[in-house]
Amino acid sequence: MIKKLIPKISGIPLHLVIITIALIWILPSVGLLITSFRPSADVAASGWWTVFQHPFNFTYYTLENYREVILKIGIGKAFLNTLLITIPATIIPILIASFAAYAFAWMDFPGRRILFVILVGLLVVPLQMTMIPILRIFNKLGLAGTFPGIWFAHTGYGLPLIIYLLYNFISGLPSELFDSSSIDGATPFQIFSKLVIPLSLPALASVTIFQFLWVWNDLLVALVYLGGTPDVAPLTVRISALVGSYGQDWELLTAAAFVSMILPLSLFLGLQRYFVRGILAGSVKG
Amino acid sequence: MVRTKKITPWLYVIPAAFLLFFFLVYPSINTLYISFFNYNSEKFVGFKNYLYCFANEIMLNSFRNNILWVILFVPLTVALGLIIAVLTDRVKYESIVKSVIFMPMAISFVGAGVIWKFVYAYRPASAAQTGILNALRSFFQLEPLPWLIIRPWLNNFCLIIVGVWIWTGFCMVLLSASYKGIPRELLEAARVDGATEFKIFWKIILPLMKPTIAVVATTMTINVLKVFDIVYVMTNGNFNTEVIANRMYKEMFIFRNYGRASAIAVILLVLIIPMIIINIQRFREQEAIR
Repeated sequence: MIKKLIPKISGIPLHLVIITIALIWILPSVGLLITSFRPSADVAASGWWTVFQHPFNFTYYTLENYREVILKIGIGKAFLNTLLITIPATIIPILIASFAAYAFAWMDFPGRRILFVILVGLLVVPLQMTMIPILRIFNKLGLAGTFPGIWFAHTGYGLPLIIYLLYNFISGLPSELFDSSSIDGATPFQIFSKLVIPLSLPALASVTIFQFLWVWNDLLVALVYLGGTPDVAPLTVRISALVGSYGQDWELLTAAAFVSMILPLSLFLGLQRYFVRGILAGSVKG
Repeated sequence: MVRTKKITPWLYVIPAAFLLFFFLVYPSINTLYISFFNYNSEKFVGFKNYLYCFANEIMLNSFRNNILWVILFVPLTVALGLIIAVLTDRVKYESIVKSVIFMPMAISFVGAGVIWKFVYAYRPASAAQTGILNALRSFFQLEPLPWLIIRPWLNNFCLIIVGVWIWTGFCMVLLSASYKGIPRELLEAARVDGATEFKIFWKIILPLMKPTIAVVATTMTINVLKVFDIVYVMTNGNFNTEVIANRMYKEMFIFRNYGRASAIAVILLVLIIPMIIINIQRFREQEAIR
């Protein structure tokens, strides 16, 4: 009804503008994807767009690049490392943050307000401010270059935003819920586990996706606390090293890059709704 | 409120509070402290590290580049995000286009760096161009350009484009939500009164979206001041593309000068502090509304 009332803002030009923008946005990624499936001789000889002369002739495509990067160049190992880093570094902070967010939202204790204001300030402290002292402590404790070290680091760095987002959600639950449960004699932990957690699942899904993508895609924290040793280096660190050493072997670089994108992209496409919701909750509350 | 024993809230908060203290509060204070010491933190040097930052040519270059990032990246992401949000609202395939624009947010900056390094790939004019930009130039009989090497404006601009490609989707999502919150009747009324689309945009839509635009712009400013990955992967700060965060990383890991690296980190924090204050004020206002 309303749609009909809106005068078509000059129909065809509008579509042209939008489609052009979308094409410009997606073209670089298409180039990456196609190149990663082309034989190295072809990649060196012609641009990726030349495959459109024979898009369905599969003799022009190969899986060789993936075989090489995964098995020979160590991207397979790096993928595994990234998983081993990301899963605990997602679960631990969310667990700790849920407890804290619940307490901040529904418990009364001295210093609650000031602690929360500090937390909001910590949201934007650049990680660079913290790296040298933590690295020194990690070196002393033998945590530098280990997975537990980076799990803790990502936990500490992730907490402010996760607590903030969960607090926003949990504090918005109806207060009658808490008053009546308290009167019914439920313990604070029962209220937390039986009421708050189940009701907060949408928010928990959002922060899980956030933290997962943030850790998966992180370069700086891994560079500083893990270093470049292939035993522990995640995808981002390995690939940025490849850019230096395999600078012109685009078929390998693109295949490696695509391996690093598969999981985040599927997560994103499957759970975009939660991702968007999380962004909205984090930035324009109130 | 949940009724608890006096100790209970602390049991819930202390793990988080301890980790926040250990990973953010204490190290920040310590970094401030060691920024007044020499490379291995043994000798007090006063403001020497800071003086170095404001006298060294590469550091000054980094400041200039970060300023360039702020004045190009922030308006570009916000404006593009706004335009795409408003335009796609009028078409049926809105969600597909928005997914396409938003997609780069899901991948790493390292991955984006590889994608765009390939877009900017350069070979001498005698060879076939495999980077799409230079292939386009060849198509129009123009010399291929080494995009990432031509200093100081073109290569920095090319890096900033990569950042814009990644972050526009984020701005679009926030601005789109805010745009859809504007009552349609308001726009209809203006149209009935004969206002042009252009005028409606400037006189109604833009003022109503101002708070969101401000939030998005401050978020983008914080992001861009910390820009690291893109530069690290694509040029590593060579050819006059150095930025503050990459410089800090180099002082820390390549030159092992913890004093200077700390001073650079402190300067970065000082640049971001106005944003922290805005953040806290916004939180206070929200609390006041509650």
